[in-house]
Amino acid sequence: MPKLEQNQPTVTMPSSLEGMKGGGIKKRRKKYRDPQALPPVVNTIVSVLLGILAITCIFPFIYVIIISFTSEESIVRNGFQLIPKEWSLDAYHYLWSMKEQLFRSYGVTIFITIVGTIISVFMITFYAYAISRPQFKYRKFFTFLAFFTMLFSGGLVPTYIVITQFLHLKDTIWALILPLSMNAFYIIIMRTFFLKSVSESILESARIDGASELRIFFQIIFPLSLPGIATIALFSTLGYWNDWFTALLYIDNPNLVPLQSLLMKIEANLEFMRQNMDIANMQSSLFNTIPQESAKMAMVVIATLPIAVSYPFFQKYFISGLTIGGVKE
Amino acid sequence: MKSFARDLYKNRIWLLMVLPGTIWLLLFSYLPMFGQVLAFKKFRIDPDGFFASVMNSEWVGFDNFKYLFSTNDAWIITRNTLVYNIIFIVVGLIAAVATAILLSELINKRLSKVYQTSILFPHFISWVIGSYFVFTFLSTENGLLNHVLAWFHVDPVSWYSESKYWPFILVFMSLWKGVGYGSIVYLASIVGIDRTYYEAAMIDGASKWKQIKHVTLPMLKPLMIILTIMNIGRIFNSDFGLFYQVPRDSGALYSVTNVIDTFVYRGLMNLGDIGMSTAAGLYQSAVGFILVIITNYIVRKIDEESALF
Repeated sequence: MPKLEQNQPTVTMPSSLEGMKGGGIKKRRKKYRDPQALPPVVNTIVSVLLGILAITCIFPFIYVIIISFTSEESIVRNGFQLIPKEWSLDAYHYLWSMKEQLFRSYGVTIFITIVGTIISVFMITFYAYAISRPQFKYRKFFTFLAFFTMLFSGGLVPTYIVITQFLHLKDTIWALILPLSMNAFYIIIMRTFFLKSVSESILESARIDGASELRIFFQIIFPLSLPGIATIALFSTLGYWNDWFTALLYIDNPNLVPLQSLLMKIEANLEFMRQNMDIANMQSSLFNTIPQESAKMAMVVIATLPIAVSYPFFQKYFISGLTIGGVKE
Repeated sequence: MKSFARDLYKNRIWLLMVLPGTIWLLLFSYLPMFGQVLAFKKFRIDPDGFFASVMNSEWVGFDNFKYLFSTNDAWIITRNTLVYNIIFIVVGLIAAVATAILLSELINKRLSKVYQTSILFPHFISWVIGSYFVFTFLSTENGLLNHVLAWFHVDPVSWYSESKYWPFILVFMSLWKGVGYGSIVYLASIVGIDRTYYEAAMIDGASKWKQIKHVTLPMLKPLMIILTIMNIGRIFNSDFGLFYQVPRDSGALYSVTNVIDTFVYRGLMNLGDIGMSTAAGLYQSAVGFILVIITNYIVRKIDEESALF
């Protein structure tokens, strides 16, 4: 018994974020009910309440998947049903018939996500590292230069004019990459991270050994700060993948439309592509009715799937990333 | 002068590191800030490029602002932005803290993990996709909600043209997307609370409810204050996607869905009225700036550690 008393803090600790690894805890609980735990009835109520919340959060996605497999006829007759009268793959067949645009948009999204993430990780870590070093004489000035953009923004219209008329980025792939590649907030977070995690003494010894600052950065800082850098990379990957706003502003060329933006225009696009198809190869005769509604939902599924599939894996890093660095030193 | 050059040379490696970022900040942040002067000008494109256009456009003083505030829109967008944000802050705070506490108290930790995963999911979904999710419920002909109403013999509602429902829909959707992130931030803080406080409270005979009230909530208070005050600093900015995508840009709903951000966007893209939309944007940036300064000043009075600067 005394031993159990001693172990109590570990038993009661709601280390929900870390996940409980000790298998012994479960066994122990059977014999010994933790006095800190909720009474069983309350625990059940809490489980149900949170369960409803959890279902509310993911139900729409499941619902969209169901609709995407519903036959168009069934939708016209009965609306979006939870259990459709008639299942069908028409929507996906239909999307396959317009695979060129789909693949192109997928390609654009993947390209801007990869290139954008690389660019932003390098710009942000270089900048943040330099302003975190006491040897850098102008660090205060450059910290303020980044920080001030968090307080006062140039606003949408001037930014639009600068990008279209000064940088001439309209309808180029760079319009999708550059506007999102820096973020003062991430710079400040990374600076805090470097201040906390990189000790001056390691750098000092490397300097004595004659390593240059760049070499120190790539061989010592980079591996040492991987958790922080991975977080920034994850945030920025998600930012690029989900971006539709810059495309809405700067992209008209259908060859450069990213996935999210294609989804936004899908109503107009479906109509446009249907007409094109009629003229081109009379393929539409394959479908009795054009699966308008279900095709939209199939597009939603296709655009969400990569996130939904990878989500359980990166979720953990995202959560640990939330706590890597406050804004303050 | 010479010593300045020597300093630059001595710091060359650091300057090289900040160079790409600095160029970005100058081009994408500071140049637009300079462009805000267009709020006081009548914009005219000059063939000699951007600077010539900005410099040679005619000064019109406060005309753009006068025009903006003479319309009813200025009042509506300000009201919508402020009222929605106040509701989001209050409801969002309560929901996030409550969810975090419930998640931390759940006995089955594996279940708690599964719940966390589900609740955080909407955070990673863009509003474009979110708007389709909403559409599956609200579509007039096919939506689930009208279906359910039909069971109860209620006439179908044309959701996308009835503005009275939208304040609730928008608050609900904002919660749907935001509660996961908020609760995880608070949960991280709850996990960090020293367990001995709870043991002491338990020995003193405090019930679970009392422990939450007298240990958990007071321990979360600093974080709650800081996050709330930071949100108040951003109260003049809103989530563009929520107000633009979710109502599907429906004109019938503008009276309850138009906020400063969507107003500026439509002014630029649909009307092409550069002067007035720049003025509206500057109005937003300037008030936002003042609010951040004030809220930071208040934070520093309460708790110097938590102040942003």
